Amino acid sequence: MMQYYEDTIAAISTMSGGGGIGIIRISGINAIDVADKIFVDTKRAADSVARMSTHTIKYGYIINHETNQILDECLVSLMRAPKSYTKEDVVEINCHGGYAVMHSILALIYKNGARPAEPGEFTKRAFLNGRIALSGAEAVMDLINAKTSEAHKAAISQLSGRLDNELNDICEKLSLCLAQIEVAIDYPEYEMEEDTAQEAMNTLERIEEQLKKMSATYSRGKIIKDGFKVAIAGKPNAGKSSLLNVLYGSDRAIVTNIPGTTRDIIEVNIDVDGIPIIITDTAGLRETQDIVEKIGVDRSYIAISDSDLILYVIDAQGNTEEEKELLFEISQRYNVPIMTIINKTDLIDKKRETELFEVFSQYEPIMISILSNQGIEEIFNRLRRIFTEKGVYMNTENIITNERHKKLLDSSIEAITKAKESYKNNMPIDCISYDIWECGKYLEKITGKSIEADVVETIFSQFCLGK
Amino acid sequence: MDNKYFEYYDSYDIAVIGAGHAGCEAALAASRLGYKTVIFGINIDSIANMACNPSIGGTAKGQLVREIDALGGEMGRAADLNAIQTKLLNKAKGPAVYSPRAQIDRKRYQMYMKNVLECQENLDLKQAEITRILVEKDESGKQYVTGVQTHLGGIYKCKCAIACTGTYLKGKIIIGDYSRNSGPDGHFPANELSECLAEFGHTIVRFKTGTPPRINGLSVNFDKMEPQYGDEQPFSFSFDEYKSDLEQVPCYLSHTTEETHNIIKANLDRSPLFNGAIEGVGPRYCPSIEDKIVRFADKERHQMFLEPMGSDTQEMYMQGISSSLPEDVQLAFVRTITGLENVSVMRPAYAIEYDAIDARELKLSLESRIVNGLFCAGQINGSSGYEEAAGQGLIAGINASRKLAAKEPVVIDRATAYIGVLIDDLVTRGTKEPYRMMTARSEYRLVLRQDNADARLTQLGYEIGLISQERYDRFRQKMERISNEIIRITETHISPSATVNAYIESLGTAAIKSGNTSLLDLLKRPEITYQDVCIIEDMAHPENNRKELSFREIEQIEITVKYEGYIKRQLSQIDQFKKTEGRALPQDFDYSKIKNISLEAREKLTKIQPETIGQAGRITGVSPADITALLIYFNQNPTGETKK
Repeated sequence: MMQYYEDTIAAISTMSGGGGIGIIRISGINAIDVADKIFVDTKRAADSVARMSTHTIKYGYIINHETNQILDECLVSLMRAPKSYTKEDVVEINCHGGYAVMHSILALIYKNGARPAEPGEFTKRAFLNGRIALSGAEAVMDLINAKTSEAHKAAISQLSGRLDNELNDICEKLSLCLAQIEVAIDYPEYEMEEDTAQEAMNTLERIEEQLKKMSATYSRGKIIKDGFKVAIAGKPNAGKSSLLNVLYGSDRAIVTNIPGTTRDIIEVNIDVDGIPIIITDTAGLRETQDIVEKIGVDRSYIAISDSDLILYVIDAQGNTEEEKELLFEISQRYNVPIMTIINKTDLIDKKRETELFEVFSQYEPIMISILSNQGIEEIFNRLRRIFTEKGVYMNTENIITNERHKKLLDSSIEAITKAKESYKNNMPIDCISYDIWECGKYLEKITGKSIEADVVETIFSQFCLGK
Repeated sequence: MDNKYFEYYDSYDIAVIGAGHAGCEAALAASRLGYKTVIFGINIDSIANMACNPSIGGTAKGQLVREIDALGGEMGRAADLNAIQTKLLNKAKGPAVYSPRAQIDRKRYQMYMKNVLECQENLDLKQAEITRILVEKDESGKQYVTGVQTHLGGIYKCKCAIACTGTYLKGKIIIGDYSRNSGPDGHFPANELSECLAEFGHTIVRFKTGTPPRINGLSVNFDKMEPQYGDEQPFSFSFDEYKSDLEQVPCYLSHTTEETHNIIKANLDRSPLFNGAIEGVGPRYCPSIEDKIVRFADKERHQMFLEPMGSDTQEMYMQGISSSLPEDVQLAFVRTITGLENVSVMRPAYAIEYDAIDARELKLSLESRIVNGLFCAGQINGSSGYEEAAGQGLIAGINASRKLAAKEPVVIDRATAYIGVLIDDLVTRGTKEPYRMMTARSEYRLVLRQDNADARLTQLGYEIGLISQERYDRFRQKMERISNEIIRITETHISPSATVNAYIESLGTAAIKSGNTSLLDLLKRPEITYQDVCIIEDMAHPENNRKELSFREIEQIEITVKYEGYIKRQLSQIDQFKKTEGRALPQDFDYSKIKNISLEAREKLTKIQPETIGQAGRITGVSPADITALLIYFNQNPTGETKK
């Protein structure tokens, strides 16, 4: 049996289903060997990957020697250990990006001594071989999944170790603070000049503020990473699907004038100022006997409760009383902000418009006409206003995008809270020093300086294949 | 056999080299466990000599002494019976760091310990310098101990040897330009043994330590100094609460002056510490006075404590003023210290250099990984301090005995005792300077307290065989009284009567409102002591029949109740620790087999051969990533597949 980390792994490194070029990565002790079994140099058949210098590229063919069949023409690049992503020998095959081509090459590679990489295994090896820190490894995962430029920026910042730097800096301050207390404890016979505990409290106060700031970036970080979820809701035939299409910029949902056309959830991703927004179109909210439509309605309510914002669409020609009632009910039932939109204003007169505006005034409705493309920009403006209020645009040094990090940050803040409480309650300094120690321990779990084996396994199992 | 040598007419199970604090504990443990033991001292008029401070205990060290006592060692009892002042330090800083310290009559302590060794069954005390440890090789080529050889050519056969050589190995004292090969206090050095250890393959390092001048107390103007008295309520280190019948005396606090600093600064070029004559590495936490003046140049004065050397001598020890400056400089600056204007110096301060081994070449049992049957304890392992030495000596003595009994060695982990922290630090991380125990070195000090040392270790001491059945029974009864009383105060409730509330408010805390308040709830308040709780109970329930508890029992109840929240958090940390500590690693494993750990980690792991994953993680140079790799590797190959 081969040993766990002494075998060779391979996977497609580029997104599936896209691109004219695809990259297959092979990493491990036999990477060069495997590549040589399937690669031929176009000019000199005797040349091999093994004879390449590190960090060079060679042109040639991928060939199945058993059948003598050429699978693709390609470029092969070689990164010898330890100067590679995984710190192992790495061979990358740049081939054509079609599904069939790439998978037949991959199958050939598996046949010749590599095994399929587990999710995140390349990065796991990079971590285990000491090339990147734990938070860096987590950043790679975020980077791969980044849907927008902001998410990308946050991940890059984390990968470059900026989060680590800030946390290490805090940990250093904590240990200085501890050191002062320890001196007072271990040298009781010597007079100390300052009030050690008071001094420590002042430092903690500052650290707490810094940690709280970091923790607060999570609401922004979460939006950047996971997207801002918007659910379009309203009564049947209010124009919800049309709104989705116009926000998306092309027809995604089927639009008819038959109420109840949308029966399942439709989801699209758009990008506003680099912030990912996930819009779901839901089935119209009404009592129905149709069993399929009823399931759709139920799902609508789930989507609504799960969203960050509800776009409630009202038909300008509809029954004002019924709309008012439903809107009130939704606003009471879900703890989700609502943006109220009155559609089809092209079909009503000014008087009706004023009347509607007054009836729904507490919801600050936006008057739009999808048909005549009026008022759509106002929806985006309101979204931007929400983002501003949530601090999404704020340009802070480090943004917390990872839930694990957020939880640990909060635990470290809690430890400081305990220290302050103990100080207030006249608990002795050895207790307070414990709180400070614990605070640092939580932070070290983010940077990976302090480790629990099961955490590592969980983090890496979430990685997408390839990296 | 060469006729220069002769074989002693007796053979022994265990030979202990050195009769200092480590050697005494090692020899007593081994002989008390039934093994025929011999202990050698270079000069048996100075057994268990306190070559430095005439005191035992202090921060972290007091905890060590309590632990030694709980495991069945001698130091606690010896200190109790020869104390001339006792004091609990750090009373304001929290129960985890309460630290008992006793000033000791140094000569009487030596005589006491000598007598204990002499009277001990299975133990012979001999004056000799050991120049060689004799070894042979087994089939696999590994060396094992067969005996020891004295400077006079005597060969003593033994199965295990315990080296407790203190500062004697190639000892060299330095006073200014003057230096000579010497042990401490004018005793012979041991010049040959470290070469023998080097031949075996042990790495020899050179350390340095220092000691201050001793003066005649009759020449001191005490009026200019601040007396430092012991506690009204004397304490004992030992579970058996032995009490000294010696007269209790004060120490005195004074300070250096500007003039002191000027003299020292003007003579720094004559200091061997700064002109390069001292090559050994000294302890940073215990700097000489010249070192303090250079490093803390802006400090106007430094403290000095005068400690009595005993009850039938006038000699006093100048704590805080260790030095290696020339004698004339010493004599000049000493007289500039407040109250010492006319002082008569009896012995000058000196620095001493000595050889030690790299303790990373030992197992956690303190047995050498190079020579089977050779154990090392005390300063030879890089530690400093009497208590550190005694703790190691005790463990080495126990484990040498267990080796002969073919039993698993006793390894105490970091979450159980300071002794565990001490040995783990030395063996796992090694030390670049003389290692002193400090409470800050323990991650779990809220649990490793001086008050509960017996609760942590008596069971183990009993199982090892050093705690008698009689004492063990008394210990069990004590524990039972404590837990019963905690249950009782939890279940006893108080109604908010006027008298009760008046008393509670007089303590500076809020009155109680409901009858649901238990005595335990009250005791949790920082302002209320157990004694107050008793007063309150007497007011509310005069009919209750409360059992009288001892001072120590009350202390433990108070700490357990008041710090419950913190102790619980610490215990959950310990659970985490035990998980990694519980994962054993194969021994004599070739770490070059694990490819994806760093080169440095591979070398260190191969050298140190950690016994658990937890220990591996504490080795400097082994990163968390390396540990993850180890975890994964040994999950796949639990035994490491093939051994070297």
